Amino acid sequence: MSRVDLTDAAADLLRRLAAEHGPLMFHQSGGCCDGSAPMCYPAGEFRTGAADVHLGDLDVAGMHDPVPVWMSRAQFEYWQHTHLTIDVVEGRGSGFSLEAPDGVRFLIRSRLLTDEELAELG
Amino acid sequence: MTTYAAPGQPGSVVAFEPRYDHFIGGEYVPPAKGQYFENPTPVTGKVFTEIARGTSEDIDRAVAAATGAADAWGRTSPAERAVLLNRIADRMEANLEAIAVAESWENGKPVRETLGADIPLAIDHFRYFAGSIRAQEGSISQIDADTVAYHFHEPLGVVGQIIPWNFPILMATWKVAPALAAGNCVVLKPAEQTPASIHVLLSLIADLLPAGVLNIVNGFGAEAGKPLAQHPGIRKVAFTGETTTGRLIMQYASENIIPVTLELGGKSPNIFFSDVAAADDAFYNKAQEGFAMFALNQGEVCTCPSRALVQASIYDRFISDGVARVEKIQQGNPLDTDTMIGAQASNDQFEKILSYIDIGKQEGAKVLTGGEKADLGGELSGGYYVKPTVFAGDNKMRVFQEEIFGPVVSVATFDDYDDAIKTANDTLYGLGAGVWSRDGNTAFRAGRDIEAGRVWTNCYHAYPAHAAFGGYKQSGIGRENHRMMLDHYQQTKNLLVSYSPDAQGFF
Repeated sequence: MSRVDLTDAAADLLRRLAAEHGPLMFHQSGGCCDGSAPMCYPAGEFRTGAADVHLGDLDVAGMHDPVPVWMSRAQFEYWQHTHLTIDVVEGRGSGFSLEAPDGVRFLIRSRLLTDEELAELG
Repeated sequence: MTTYAAPGQPGSVVAFEPRYDHFIGGEYVPPAKGQYFENPTPVTGKVFTEIARGTSEDIDRAVAAATGAADAWGRTSPAERAVLLNRIADRMEANLEAIAVAESWENGKPVRETLGADIPLAIDHFRYFAGSIRAQEGSISQIDADTVAYHFHEPLGVVGQIIPWNFPILMATWKVAPALAAGNCVVLKPAEQTPASIHVLLSLIADLLPAGVLNIVNGFGAEAGKPLAQHPGIRKVAFTGETTTGRLIMQYASENIIPVTLELGGKSPNIFFSDVAAADDAFYNKAQEGFAMFALNQGEVCTCPSRALVQASIYDRFISDGVARVEKIQQGNPLDTDTMIGAQASNDQFEKILSYIDIGKQEGAKVLTGGEKADLGGELSGGYYVKPTVFAGDNKMRVFQEEIFGPVVSVATFDDYDDAIKTANDTLYGLGAGVWSRDGNTAFRAGRDIEAGRVWTNCYHAYPAHAAFGGYKQSGIGRENHRMMLDHYQQTKNLLVSYSPDAQGFF
């Protein structure tokens, strides 16, 4: 059981980005403009710390390294009851996320975690 | 009613060039890597120009040009810089319609807003900082009878500015005007979603600008924004956007030990105390308009009043009237002056809003109106339109907690004053807030108790120059829209001067 998952389209895009940029990471953004969107960076580009929660690692077939997914601890307080699936749509995301030049944008799709899932996740 | 012809069409007041390069050192130069990206209008989804795709080589070139100009520009008199800003304002005023139509086509927002708000506010902003820099004074401290400390304002040098897409020209102006007034040179990166309209503005003012004082490098965040934020030649970075990129920019800034100003959004509460419904009069009408303000600029405003908190005793009547008000909002062609809500700025923004509407429904929020995309037919079918949406629910739901950045308001009730303030402050952000009450004491106390940098009191979405704008909590650092922004673009030079002929006596 994991809090995060990804679609096939997102997995394809991650494989392409990894071939170009090496190991990757996500940090879920909040706030304005391009906020509420998952930002994809080269692993280690964004320095996580005590203010962040590690939601899980995405194992992508064909990629050597798993892709960790992070979120700020304060934001997690409001998100912890939802399961997140990273998808990709056409568009022009901003921020410093790696996929934007390709004319696509990672997007979070959410569903509520069931009581059983929440119990399992602790 | 007027419908402006689309840019480039017969009868249009403005035309875009088929391609825009970078503006560096007073001239247009192609990108080092020769790459361009397509720029669609959200009005129809169709591409209307292509834009240089900047990289670190272009940023290096722009920073070098700005550095070359910085010394001379920094030594100009405040009067000279004020004249430049006033001339920019005059040019903009003389070309208001052209700039406004270009901005509407670029961003998707209704032209009545660009004609009546975005561009007039930008014009006034240049004039405000022209006046502010003339009126600014240093200070003198008398340390003792023979010793004086002089404090001079000096420019930082070259500053980097990363602009959002929701008010492309106005947000650029909020950053450019104080930076130039203070004597800095600028390297500016527009948002990749809205990279073109600023070049229409530039075409009108480029001859006024000394070469290298204002440089524009277009491109994507990862390719152009990052090298700008990391550049060792930059003495300050200003950014408007969201929290993760804001933190990343702070991390980059820490590498060079330079300051940042950040405006990172919010989830603004809009509080309606029961006395607003004490009479069915002009004030009640004004408060109803205040409720509908979430639809301004399609909700793509950092201070969108996206959480309406309504006192339980008036909830049924107030929300019933409010929903009726929202249903009268005219959605249509952004270039029609009767249109009140236009298109979302990009496809991914459109998709994100729809995904939030979906999670809102899953969490049990009730859709009172809207809740889906709008198909306006014809050519507009390719554009990104969302119906103004009112959710009723609970403050813990994600649609109450996250900046959706769309025309979506979530409504909750409160019982008493303490409950209202507790709910209003139950958010990570603190940029804007609204308070509505006929009772001055209640309104004042609420304004002071809300943890936000701007509390509109019996009004909303006004952005006059000379009223400080900036965030508490995770909404950022710094105050724009006010002469205090000059401080963020200046450093203090202290001359500590002794007028005594006598030795200190230590050695």
